[in-house]
Amino acid sequence: MTDTQIPPAAPAEPGAALLEAGRFFRPGTPAPDAHGVAAFSWYACSPTRVRHPYVRGVLLEMYWEAKERLRDPVLAWADVQSDPERRRRYQRARGKGGLVRASWDEATELVAAAQVHTIKTYGPDRVAGFFAAPAMSMVSHAAGARFHALIGAPMLSFHDGYADLPVASPQVLGDQADVPESGDWWDAAHLLLWGSDVPVTRTPDAHWLAEARYRGQKVVAVGPDHAGHASFADEWLHPHPGTDGALALAMGHVILKEFFVDRETPFFADYVQKFTDLPFLVTLAERDGAYVPAKFLRASDLGPEGEGAEWKTVVLDEVAGRAVVPNGSLGFRWTASGKGRWNLELGATRPRLSLYGSEDAAGVEVLLPRFDTEGGAPGQGRGAVVRRGVPAMKAGGARGPLVTTVFDLLLAQYGVARDGLPGRWPASYDDADAPGTPAWQEAHTSVPAATCVRIAREFARTAEQSAGRCMILTGTGTTHWFHSETIHRAVLALLQLTGCQGRNGGGWAHYGGREKCRPMTGWATLATASDWSRPPRRMTGTAYWYLHTDQWRHDLCTADVLASPLGAGRFRGMTGADCLALSVRSGWMPSYPTFDRSPLELGEVFGDPVARVVAELRAGTLKFACEDPDAPENWPRVLTLWRADLFGSPEKGADHFARHLLGTHSSPRAEEAPEEVRPRDVAWRDEAPEGKLDLLLSLDFRQTPSTLVSDVVLPAATRYEKHDLSSTDLHPCVDSCAPAVDPPGQPRTDFDTFKALAERLSEQAVGHLGVRKDLVASPLQHDTPGEIAQPGGVASDWKRGECDPVPGRTMPDLTVVERDYTAIGAQFSALGPLVERLGLSTKGITLLPDEEVEDLRLLNGVTDDGRPRLDTAIKAANTILALSGATNGRLATQGFRALDARTGQETAHLTDEHEGKRITYADTQAAPVPVITSPERSGSEADGRRYAAFTLNTEHGKPWHTLTGRQHFFLDHDWIHELGEALPVYRPPLDLHKLLGEPRRGPDGQPEVTVRHLTPHDKWSLHCEYQDDLFMLALSHGGQHLWMSPRDAEAIGVADNAWVEAVDRNGVIVARAVVSHRIPPGTVYTHRAQERTAAGPKAETAGRHGGLRYSPARLILKPSHLVGGYAQLSWAFNYLGPTGNQRDEVTVIRRRSQEVD
Amino acid sequence: MRPMAQIAMVMNLDKCIGCHTCSVSCKEAWTDRQGMEHVWFNNVETRPGQGYPRRYEDQERWRGGWRLNRRGALKPTAGGRLRKLAGIFSPPELPATEDYEEPWTYDHTNRAGAPAHGDLDPVAERARRQASDKVRNEFEQTFMFYLPRICEHCLNPSCVASCPSGAMYKRAEDGVVLVDQDRCRGWRMCVTGCPYKKVYFNDRTGKAEKCTLCAPRIEAGLPTVCSETCVGRLRYLGVVLYDADKVTAAASVPREQDLYEAQLDVFLDPEDTRVRRACEAAGIPDDWLAAARRSPVHALISKYRVALPLHPEYRTMPMVWYIPPLSPVVEALTETGHDGEDARNLFGAIDALRIPLEYLAEMFTAGDVGPVRSALERLAAMRSHMRAVNLGEDPDPSVSAAVGMGVYEIEEMYRLLSVAEYADRYVIPTAAVGDARRLEESALTQGCSLDYEGGPGSGGDGPFGRGSGRKLLPLTPVEKFHILGERRTADHTADVEET
Repeated sequence: MTDTQIPPAAPAEPGAALLEAGRFFRPGTPAPDAHGVAAFSWYACSPTRVRHPYVRGVLLEMYWEAKERLRDPVLAWADVQSDPERRRRYQRARGKGGLVRASWDEATELVAAAQVHTIKTYGPDRVAGFFAAPAMSMVSHAAGARFHALIGAPMLSFHDGYADLPVASPQVLGDQADVPESGDWWDAAHLLLWGSDVPVTRTPDAHWLAEARYRGQKVVAVGPDHAGHASFADEWLHPHPGTDGALALAMGHVILKEFFVDRETPFFADYVQKFTDLPFLVTLAERDGAYVPAKFLRASDLGPEGEGAEWKTVVLDEVAGRAVVPNGSLGFRWTASGKGRWNLELGATRPRLSLYGSEDAAGVEVLLPRFDTEGGAPGQGRGAVVRRGVPAMKAGGARGPLVTTVFDLLLAQYGVARDGLPGRWPASYDDADAPGTPAWQEAHTSVPAATCVRIAREFARTAEQSAGRCMILTGTGTTHWFHSETIHRAVLALLQLTGCQGRNGGGWAHYGGREKCRPMTGWATLATASDWSRPPRRMTGTAYWYLHTDQWRHDLCTADVLASPLGAGRFRGMTGADCLALSVRSGWMPSYPTFDRSPLELGEVFGDPVARVVAELRAGTLKFACEDPDAPENWPRVLTLWRADLFGSPEKGADHFARHLLGTHSSPRAEEAPEEVRPRDVAWRDEAPEGKLDLLLSLDFRQTPSTLVSDVVLPAATRYEKHDLSSTDLHPCVDSCAPAVDPPGQPRTDFDTFKALAERLSEQAVGHLGVRKDLVASPLQHDTPGEIAQPGGVASDWKRGECDPVPGRTMPDLTVVERDYTAIGAQFSALGPLVERLGLSTKGITLLPDEEVEDLRLLNGVTDDGRPRLDTAIKAANTILALSGATNGRLATQGFRALDARTGQETAHLTDEHEGKRITYADTQAAPVPVITSPERSGSEADGRRYAAFTLNTEHGKPWHTLTGRQHFFLDHDWIHELGEALPVYRPPLDLHKLLGEPRRGPDGQPEVTVRHLTPHDKWSLHCEYQDDLFMLALSHGGQHLWMSPRDAEAIGVADNAWVEAVDRNGVIVARAVVSHRIPPGTVYTHRAQERTAAGPKAETAGRHGGLRYSPARLILKPSHLVGGYAQLSWAFNYLGPTGNQRDEVTVIRRRSQEVD
Repeated sequence: MRPMAQIAMVMNLDKCIGCHTCSVSCKEAWTDRQGMEHVWFNNVETRPGQGYPRRYEDQERWRGGWRLNRRGALKPTAGGRLRKLAGIFSPPELPATEDYEEPWTYDHTNRAGAPAHGDLDPVAERARRQASDKVRNEFEQTFMFYLPRICEHCLNPSCVASCPSGAMYKRAEDGVVLVDQDRCRGWRMCVTGCPYKKVYFNDRTGKAEKCTLCAPRIEAGLPTVCSETCVGRLRYLGVVLYDADKVTAAASVPREQDLYEAQLDVFLDPEDTRVRRACEAAGIPDDWLAAARRSPVHALISKYRVALPLHPEYRTMPMVWYIPPLSPVVEALTETGHDGEDARNLFGAIDALRIPLEYLAEMFTAGDVGPVRSALERLAAMRSHMRAVNLGEDPDPSVSAAVGMGVYEIEEMYRLLSVAEYADRYVIPTAAVGDARRLEESALTQGCSLDYEGGPGSGGDGPFGRGSGRKLLPLTPVEKFHILGERRTADHTADVEET
């Protein structure tokens, strides 16, 4: 044997810990067991490890000089900031080295000084924090977020900015990314992997795929390239990138025709009747001699108004033959009379799915938009309208509104004909001109029509046979598109029509970006500091970057080019920035900084600050900051990143970040918008500001693209060097991180760093800040009564006089919060009194953890004023666990009782087996601990079953958190109608040539090729490793690479491994080509999270170092994402909001000189 | 009959996702040091592809393994002992650093010569000669699977036969093939001799090194590190009994295509009472026999016959076997106009696999598609049977019967391939007490473990004291541990005094 070697230390025994967790798997199911990511050990002492605090040298010298003079950190910082020349000097040095070592003391003093100065001068909402995916390290996240919440600074969302947030999820399901655990893949009889390459992105769980296949599961992969999952699958469909929606619609066409119209499938019919909005009545509005679908028919349309009548939707009862208001809609959720009736019980009511064949109904022609035609200058298929027919009748007597059902509209939209209805219908599956047919989709996707029909049939047949055990896994492949929600809605429709949602082994398994904080309530309490003050400021990341990196100034995509040919012209003259401003002032989306004045100033006016703000807004003397984002008083000033590589990973438009936010050198090539496409309501300044940010702080354990541009870098402990909690949507457990080694040098845990910052800030606040009153504006929030603020989804703009500005109704809610800035350190380290005084709310259910607070006093010890201590990461972890239903049986039961009171159903028994269970941090250290079924989620884990979302809904009559209380096919908000997306519809990828003047795709005569530029995950970036790991670089191609097809490579004379550049108007990437026949012609791949520290030579195009893979991307806002204040279309953090998008991009690829530097 | 026992491995290629966790954990455990930068005892290759080191399967060039001479006797391809002796000072046929890949240095220039994608796969070349239109590099015809590889721990190891110093040996206790570091003289003949290129040369120490099957773990009843960390759960470890008397004859059968069956014939059935008695007589411990009866490796190789040897034509009698990848089968059949889900059509589909049978046969059966087809048919039948169970239907017994299996047997195979937990996948007897002593001694170069300076007794440099045993073992003394710790946290190396 090689006896010079020390035998490897035995790793943790055969996953003894996981075997423990495995006991909760029923026999005959493959249980989880040990596996690990060995390569992490590289980081313990890698050359890129951050070992000490660093400050940008030029800044530190200026600060020292000023401090020497002024003897006060805050005044010293103010002095540097007050001099534009000095300010620009260190800003221009960002990203160019020059970080020097500082002591912890110096570094925290400087950071605290910057924060105090900013709060004092501009207001706390000019400070912000950013962190990605809290579930992986809840304590780390909560620590920083708590610090920001206590000082009144916004936390920025990540799920949307990463483009991972599926907007369809709230739209259709009223919930965000509630998905089955991976063990439930096993339960599926049919699995469609649609744009989700599980072996690469969900590596540790991919074994379930192979195992389930042996159990006779049929596996179909849909993805443009021959990726890992294609090797697994029985069939591989490769539609053209971004055309997936057409394939899904055509599959829906086949299912509707063969399983609903040609023959009725009782299992399906029963399901859609109970659990979807298909039987609900929709009013029809007259338009050009025909009709268009308008709004859901509500109780208020029919008669005298009762409580919540504007929120009670209506069906036609087959038995009684009249309109009936069934339980479960939003009108029952927040009203006193709805108590015990917010449920899915239909009683004797039999909702009629279709009016077809009813005596009172007659066929009328409806107009529906289509976007797949070559149409108009913007290339968005404008002007095309489909004429089809639905059976309609007058509701509530001859003078009542003309109505039809959602189901009838759906058949019209999908082009499924029934005899006797007016309109133009496809002749057969082979009718390629009619939207919806298999032949039509073939023209768009290249997937043969016969294959589409066959797969759809198999899918539905299996669903019928297995009682709903068909599952569709989606991921970033379907999500990173501008029109992603239209893809997802068409995909979701397949599952809803076949009765698969809310089943073990069935339903939508969407994995992308967001992990699941299992102990949600406790984590959120700490993270929002809602134990001390409410509400916290939480901001949509995408909108923040769109405004503050000035991408809005480069946005040529006006809102009305996206509008439906049947729209009412609502977006006329509006840009993305205008839509955002309207959304903000209507209370739909949050916006921080909020006003063009400090919220401390607004909170401290004489009299009623709220009334004063409303009056000033009405008078126009006070403006929203987003209406003039380039005004210096509206800039963000201090930004802190921790456990998040903002500049390396999620951001789109990297060069805009560099120029406008950071004020350093960049290579943006985009022109600003010409006058005719500039915003209507948002101020345009001639000079775009450069260098808005005073201070960028990063906490990280390795050098990343973000640390390279930061002013202060604080060394962080890795997950193997700190105490923390972690959980994921894939596994039903709470797990711990615990120190396995000591970090090298001076790293601290994120918890300790923020604790130190909080204490330092409190110190410096004396004399500069003291106790202040802060006026917080917050949007109308989902799962609160705020979601019934704007009935009917009618968009009214108070600024244009369409309604009155009323806080919490037609504009954001306004609250005055008192903050003692000298006590931030003390509050950080103690659990505040609002926990037991006001209770903790999650998804509309309020828990009262009074006993838990008592227990925490004993467990954590108390402060001088008797509050439980939170001064260590372990105490924070224990507090998170104690305050959540998922980890505290008593609270789970309490929550279910509260839910039962509202629904009138019986669910509290689901926690019987665990009511006495209290999971502590020590338990999670011994073994990952399976969580308790809790009303914080929509599925049951009772009795050893795998977690599947929405089983509480299908099995216990609990409504979905939507308008109708059911899953929605139909969305009737004004803005959704304006976009023509009231029903699932196919919207092709953006035509960027027509929209933004990007080159056309295809060879253009030059030794260049213009291609679709996709940015998927690769094997070893981001998800389980970073790309700069030595072993991983050695095993892979290494460095920055770009995959392309042999045909495209040949066209530009590129051999495998040659240097190429990918260029568009936003930026440039320099990479080595990987030429592979696995990539379809016309498409290139740049994998996510390739590290600048491992690659990135200078580009010929700009002469500067090439960017990262999102350099060519940019932010464009879609108005439908900005809708709010209306049922499930209401904002919540990481639930709904504008998303980034990057797959619509096209770039030019060319061979470059093979000499690089 | 001369029964012997070996720990062998089966990998199910259907389940490999190419994550390389095995490679990295092995690297961390065994080869993360100077002189070994290019070495991966465990590697994962994308197939089709060139492999690691590049084109190692091209024995025309590398001259590994065995050949039959004119008299039908086995001879190392690289030449017999006489020829080796004659050329002992001329360098043997060795892969160069670039064939292993230059170590990553954050310097792009060394990657410039990275291998081109596309052809250059010797297996594809051979398969193409046999069935020219099936193995193509076209988007629509793309196929791909991963092949993880460790040392084969062969029954008839050509590396051992190649070693002029007698430094390489196959351990009698468990069949592990090892390099005695003290006896290795760095001739590198073993590197040439191994057709799998799984013996590596450490240019720092000037000695050969190779996968040890994680011998220290195996001895303690633990799976190898690559198995322990395997994310796809595709590895199986267990005891295989074989008749040592039959090895040479089996490796010498004239037709390459007969080598698979010949090797199966070498294996002994642990359920056979005569075999058990012979084992006992041969001194194979009882717990090893018990483990052999529960061996998942034996089941997959001999009972269910779904695992196949990698390149049997090298005549080394490899002991790491592979279940060929099944997918994707339905699509291919559907293209021929049949219902791919219909069990009756399932077997017809095997010939139309996306991964051409011919390619797999070149890897596992010296080009004979028969055994590959039959292994895949069993897997397909299992899926079809289990689909019925999954959907709550009565399984059609003719499906399992068609592949010569009973209903319960096919469900047991399913359990082993699908549900099997850790303890079912790794059935490893610990080294028995008697053997333990011999094994301990084998770690020292010769003689008794107590035979060191100062004689047997307690204290001093005893086997359990500092550095244990002879000074030949450069173990880290305790005080160094603290120096290492200090160095890790110090700002400059000079801050820590080397003692």
